[in-house]
Order: sequence, then C-alpha cells, then structure tokens
Amino acid sequence: MRQDPNHDEENAERADLSRRLFLRNAGTVAAGSVLAQGLLGACASERASAAAAPAAPAKPDGAPEELAGEFEIVLDVNGEARKVKVEPRTTLLAALRERMEPAMTGTKHVCDRGNCGACTVHVDGKPAYACLLLAADLRGRKIKTIEGLGAPESLSPLQENFCAHDASMCGFCTPGFVMSITACLEKQPNADLATIQKACSGNVCRCGTYPHVFAAALATAKQAKKG
Amino acid sequence: MKSFTLFNPKSLGDAVGALAAPTSSVKVLAGGQDLLTEMKEHLVEPDKLVNLKGVPGLDRIEFTAAGACTIGALVTVGALEEHAGVRERLRVLAEAAGSVGSPQIRSVGTVGGNLCQRPRCWYYRSEHAKCLKKGGDECFSFSGQNKYNAILGGGPSYIVHPSDLAPALVALGATVTLKCSTGERQVALERFFTLPGEGDIRRETVLRDDEVLTHVHVPAPAAGMQSTYVKFRERGSYDFALASVALALWRDGARVKEARVVLGGVAPIPWRAKAAEAALAGAAFEAATFARAADGAVQGAEGFGQNDYKIPLTKGLVQRALQSCG
Repeated sequence: MRQDPNHDEENAERADLSRRLFLRNAGTVAAGSVLAQGLLGACASERASAAAAPAAPAKPDGAPEELAGEFEIVLDVNGEARKVKVEPRTTLLAALRERMEPAMTGTKHVCDRGNCGACTVHVDGKPAYACLLLAADLRGRKIKTIEGLGAPESLSPLQENFCAHDASMCGFCTPGFVMSITACLEKQPNADLATIQKACSGNVCRCGTYPHVFAAALATAKQAKKG
Repeated sequence: MKSFTLFNPKSLGDAVGALAAPTSSVKVLAGGQDLLTEMKEHLVEPDKLVNLKGVPGLDRIEFTAAGACTIGALVTVGALEEHAGVRERLRVLAEAAGSVGSPQIRSVGTVGGNLCQRPRCWYYRSEHAKCLKKGGDECFSFSGQNKYNAILGGGPSYIVHPSDLAPALVALGATVTLKCSTGERQVALERFFTLPGEGDIRRETVLRDDEVLTHVHVPAPAAGMQSTYVKFRERGSYDFALASVALALWRDGARVKEARVVLGGVAPIPWRAKAAEAALAGAAFEAATFARAADGAVQGAEGFGQNDYKIPLTKGLVQRALQSCG
C-alpha cells in the first residue's frame, strides 16, 4: 500500500494502530492505564534495533541530495540512534508511531494538522508539532519524545506532579502538555503562571483539565525554586 | 499526503536552479508549517519539494551599525521574537512575531514562510470547495459564512491576509529579495502583496514560481520611533487575527510628526491605512486625533453581514495602539 503514490499512509494505518494501542494499553499497563500511557509512553525495554535496510547514500559536501521512494534514515530519538524506513512524505509523527520497530506511540496522533498539540516533541530542545515535520528532514537533529523524559520507575518531576495534581482526564493530550511544559521549564525553571500558560497555548485539552495542568506545572517550578 | 520527491540543495544556486525549468509541479519548503497542512488537505500536490533548510546563510538576523536589519528567510518566527536587537529597536516586529501561532509553530515556522503563507479562509481550506482561489467561479464567502472575511480591498475574492509579520514589516518600510536562477530583484514589501483584483486571483504575492524569497530588509528607523502591534483574536491561546494594527509613530513633543498604520486580518493584503496616517500627521497626540485616525483607518470599509463587527473592532484597535504609545 505504501507504494501507491496517492495513498494517505497516516489515515489508512490509523485503524490498525488504534488496535495496537488498545492491546498495549490493556496488556501492559495496570490501573490508570491511559494516564500512565500518556505520561510514560512506550517502555525502554520494548525497544530493539530496526531491521537493516540500505541507507540513503551519503553525498559529498555541497552536492544536492534527492530523496524519493522508500529509504532508511537514522534519527536521534532520546539519545538513541533509531533506524527507520521512511518516504519523503513521512512525518516525524508517522515515523515514530507507524514505522519504527518497536513503535513509539507515546507521541499522540490527533488532529494531524498542527492545531491540537498532542504530538508535541522537542527538536533541539524546542517544542514542535511532530505532525508538521518531515522525518527525512530531521537527520542530525536531537529529537526528544515523551518516552525520553521519564521511565515508569523514575518519573520526571513534572510527570510526578501531573499524577499528584490529577492533571489528566482522558489523557490523550497529556504527553503533548508534558512536552510543552518541560521545554518551558528547561528554559525557565521557576516560570510563573503566565509563562506556563503561554508555553501551553499550542496544546488543547478537550476534557478541560487546564487548571490541574497549570497547578502541576507551577508545583514543579516551585520545587525548582527551592532547589 | 501525495508522494513527492524531496530535493535538498546545499546552495542557493542549486535551490533556484531546481525551480528554473519545472518539468513537474515544484514547491519551496522552509518550515513547512503552512505548506504541509495544505498538502495534507490536497490543496496543493507538488511532485517535488525544494527544501531550503540546507542552504547556508538564510538563518541569520543582522543589524548594520546604522541600525538597518537584514533577516534571512529561514529565521524562525521564535528566533525573531526573542532576538534582543529586534526587541529593542523594532518593537512592532517582535510583538507581531510573539503573536504568531503557538510556541510549536514559532519554533519551526520561518519568516519567509510566514510572508508567503496561503489564506486561511475556510472555503479555501476545504478541499471540497472549489472557490475562486482554486480556479472556481465564485468566492463563497460573499453569500456564505463570512465572519472572518475582508472589509477592505476585497473583490472578487474576500480572503484576508493571515500574516502578523507582514503588517509590522510594511509599517517598518521593509523590502524583500526575490532570487531566481538568472538574478534577483528587490521589492518593497508593500508591493509584494497583490489584491485579488490586481493580478492572478490564485496568488497573494508577486513571487513567481521560479523565485525564492531569501531575505527581508528593514531600513534603519528614523530616530525616536515608537511602535507596537495590537492584535485581536477570537481565541485567547493562539489564533489568526480577526483584526490587527501595526503602528510606527514619530512624535515631536505633543504633536505627531509622522505615523504608519497598517492593518492585518481585514483585507486581502496588509492594508496601509493612509487616511489614518494623514489624520495623524501633524496633529496633536490626543484622544480626538486618535478617534479621527480610527475613522480614517476604516474609510471605505464595508461588511457584508457576519463580518460587520470588524469595522468597530478595527477602530478600537487603532485607538488602543495609539494610546499605548502615550
């Protein structure tokens, strides 16, 4: 199906993916599964090296490069070199969720149009929508996803505070909020409410948990202030 | 998204070379924050993207000793917003940059892309509506849902230009460099944008398919400039402008020497409100003058139902911008 030039790969694979997501949630995560899934993403132990495929040939400096069809690239995701086969049109979001083996499904696919913020990741430390980035354009950049922030046994301070302040309802927006606030606090550890709200302005929560999200963020900032 | 070839030039020459004789449909990719949404909606389906990100020298903001500023097309909106020199010397531009999209969009979206972005009109953005902008016969906003459409300069299309940087840069008298394989030209930003009645209805600018916008040049502002960008949006978190005002103002004591007033979100181009500027030039810096400038700003404005509110809204924003310089 991926060979068809008119095929919309993200949409077509959604049904399949939601089954995979459901099974993983049901099988590997205990009570509070959606929250935990959102906060933690996939476990580090699930990762394995990607199947080998011919890499896009290296070009000498200054020579243009033309990418077409399907090819393998290496992305720096959470400090690991991850091989993944992509096409030019493959977004980072699709590469993470649908093409990496094992899939990295902590980054959520919701609007796919850069409106909702559920797919927020960091690229070189700055928040970005993974649905509006081409994977092949991110070689050499440092990508951080929700899976890179904390592990089930060692949550990041912000993730701890999301739990403590009950900052998730359905949890689907949660990884995006955590990534946006993490980027904000990395830049300004003792950020005030207005700064945090501005940092979250590109994230939407349809359950309306904003006050709890802000409380979790402020608590993390206050802990940073105390040192 | 339809499949395409991704061309990654490492020099500007190779980039414009790839645009010179297109054998297939080619689009220029910078941050992609608008282009990729268009491609996902099948509004444009290029066979090839020419990716500028590997082209050196387009990601810098440079001031001359005299205070003129050159901004590369690949400078991100976020980098512009945070640049100390821009914040200090070109406040209207820093404020406009800070009002663009969300943090995620500002950290990836570029200055060049912001100026070249396509309309947000929901008829244009719907892949099911073949509107005037897409080769159809009708601007559906005129008889349809027109809450967000133009009150000035419209017809036969009533889109509004969505850029926040454009009104600020027009107020600052900016020019842009457009480069093709055989040369380059400098165009005043005010003339870069075209009204629907003026040129190709499918375009908003004079940029040709074989050209790349490479740099924005802001001349050194005359001494004593005060400036601000005031934007009103429907949603507080982030949104396009329902109406906005970019103001650059020079005062001589209690009088206005000169002012440039450029409106966003109300016309198919960043709208230079010359009647407002005339009302301000030489007048006392006081509320009665602000009111006359506000009237001037909407001279000739016409709503057609759901967008009528933009007229008093724009007047209010012009006065608010002037008051903030008090």
